[in-house]
This record gives sequence, structure tokens and C-alpha cells, in this order.
Amino acid sequence: MALHFELVTPAKLVRSEDVHMVVVPGTEGQFGVLAGHAPFMSTVADGAIKVYKTENGIPEEIVISGGFAEVGDKGLTVLAEHVEN
Amino acid sequence: MASLKELKGRINSVKSTQKITKAKQMVAAAKLRKAQEAAEQARPYAARLAEVMGSLASKVTISENSPKLLAGTGSDQVHLLVVANSDKGLCGAFNSNIVKAAVQKARKLEAEGKTVLFYLVGRKGRAVIKREFPKQIEHMFDTTDVRNPGFNEAEKIADELVALYEKGKFDVAHLFFAKFRSALVQEPTGQQIIPVPTPTAAAATAGQDAVTEYEPEEEEILAALLPRYLKTQLFGALLENAASEQGASMTAMDNATRNAGDLIQKLTIQYNRSRQAAITTELVEIIAGAEAL
Repeated sequence: MALHFELVTPAKLVRSEDVHMVVVPGTEGQFGVLAGHAPFMSTVADGAIKVYKTENGIPEEIVISGGFAEVGDKGLTVLAEHVEN
Repeated sequence: MASLKELKGRINSVKSTQKITKAKQMVAAAKLRKAQEAAEQARPYAARLAEVMGSLASKVTISENSPKLLAGTGSDQVHLLVVANSDKGLCGAFNSNIVKAAVQKARKLEAEGKTVLFYLVGRKGRAVIKREFPKQIEHMFDTTDVRNPGFNEAEKIADELVALYEKGKFDVAHLFFAKFRSALVQEPTGQQIIPVPTPTAAAATAGQDAVTEYEPEEEEILAALLPRYLKTQLFGALLENAASEQGASMTAMDNATRNAGDLIQKLTIQYNRSRQAAITTELVEIIAGAEAL
């Protein structure tokens, strides 16, 4: 089972891929999203989100600011104002 | 009648003008495509955010504790008109159409006894509004030093607007820009941006939202998202404006090129006629001279 992960900024769609898990630094604590997560919305603190492509792989870090995360049946969507590469 | 030399000079000057307008037309066509692409890429973010805002706003009842950006200040005495123009000319009536729409709205509000302030984005249009409402310009936002107004500019504008709003400088803000319909049609549009009009919740999300968990509470999320929503709206407007400007420029330059062509044709005919007339006179003079001998 793969989680569909999208990272969107106002300028463009940065990521749209299937991954294993994403760890998001929510304003009230970090949370990890796996496939089949219950519907959930949270604001995201400025920091790095960790994208695990595979279960035991090394996470890829993407630093974002001004973020907002939404988990629905389509997967995880992170809206961020700025993304650092 | 103008002399041959004068005519020649005029034909040449019109020709070089035509070259410029033709070049500008092609540049505008290329830039239009780019602007449209940028607008296309901004759409997913805006759509998502609007969706989220819609579902949040439908859950939160507006009370005294609601964020001011949503609920308003409780009065509508002072109106701020945000007018987005371009920095460059050569785009036909593009800027004057936007300004006209804004001025019309301002007159209407003034007739109702409201106070009107202006916040100008872009260089064009400043002169007209300054002349019509010399004391009512709150701020002029300068975009001349960036090539294409992007999200950073939208962010700055939104921050300034929110700061002004929180200081109580105005109660309602309207945004004026040109909506891009096609390369031929740009529609000057005015819309209210503060207090934020609640986006209508998409029907599709209504069902699943029933079980959505929120962290922090709905109201807090809403308060955090409102300024972002404002930024997105401004950003969208700037992008639409950029595309509209290039579209208007393309059409205007196309017309100019065609007019220059017509003018060249007319001038060339005139030139040939007077050249012929000069030759005929010369011949007549020679013949008359020969006969006199």
C-alpha cells in the first residue's frame, strides 16, 4: 500500500508521487502519515517534512514554511507557501 | 503638397515604427504563453486552499470572536480600493479600463457617503488616480524592480493590507484587476477581498468532511489560513493581470502594425503620384522650350 503524497506551492506542484510514509511537523507535534490514514487537517510548523520512499529507506527532507497539511481519501496534500530546495 | 524628400522620410519613419510594433507583438505573444502557464501552475494550490477554506468556513459560525478578516470590523465606512495595473504601456486600453472600473466604484461609494482610499499596484494608472483623487492614495506598491510580479509580491501586498486593516485604516477592501478571458478579451473585474468572502464549500467534500479531525481547532486553523487565502487571491489576480496585459499588448500591437501597413501604402501611392507629376512637369517644360525655338 502506498500513500499518495502531494506538495503544492502557489507557484507550482512540487511533488506528486506515491511514497511509504511522510512525517510532518504539525504545530501541535509531529505526525506520520501512512496509507489509509483517517481524514485529518493540521497547520504545519516551519521545518522539514520527511518523506520515506520505502519502509526502511533514508528519508528525504524538504524544508517548507507556511504550511498546511490535509489528509483525505486521495492521500496527503501539503500546501506550503515556500519550499526550499 | 509635401515634397518628395519629405514623403520619403515619412515612409521610412512609419516603416521603423512598424518594425517596433511587430517585434513587441511577437514578444507579447511569447510572454502571454508563459503567463498562461504560470497561471495554470498556480491553480492546484488555489483550488485546494479554496476547498479547505470552504469546508472550514461552513463549520465555523461567525461570532464576535471570529477572526476579523472573516467577520469584518462591524462597519463599512472606509473602503480601500486595491488597483492592480501593469508597469509598462503599449498594451492598448488595458490599464485605463482597470482604472475606469475602479474610479467608477469609487464615485459610487462616495455618492453613498463612504470614504474611499486607494492602494495602487504597478506604475501605470498612478497618474490618473492621483489627478482624480489626489489626497486619497494610501500607498503605491512598486513592482518596477521585478520582472514578473510573483508570489513574493503578493505576499508583501497581503501583509501590508492586513497590517493596515488591523490598524483600522479601512473596513472593506476591493481588488481591481483584469480577468483574462482570451487574448482578445480582458475583463476589468472588481471583487471584495477583505473581509474575506467565504468560499462556497464544494459539495463533493461535504460528505467526507464529517469525520475529519482538526489540529488545532477549526477556528485556529481558519485564523491561520485566512491571510494565506488572501495572499493566494492576490497572487491569482497578479497572474491574471500579467496574462491580460500581454494579451492586450498583443492585440494592440497587431492593430498598430496593421495601421502602419495601411499608412505606408497610402504614403507610397502619394509618393509615386508626386514623382510622376514632377516628371510630367519637367517633360512639358522641355517640350515647351523646344517648341519655342
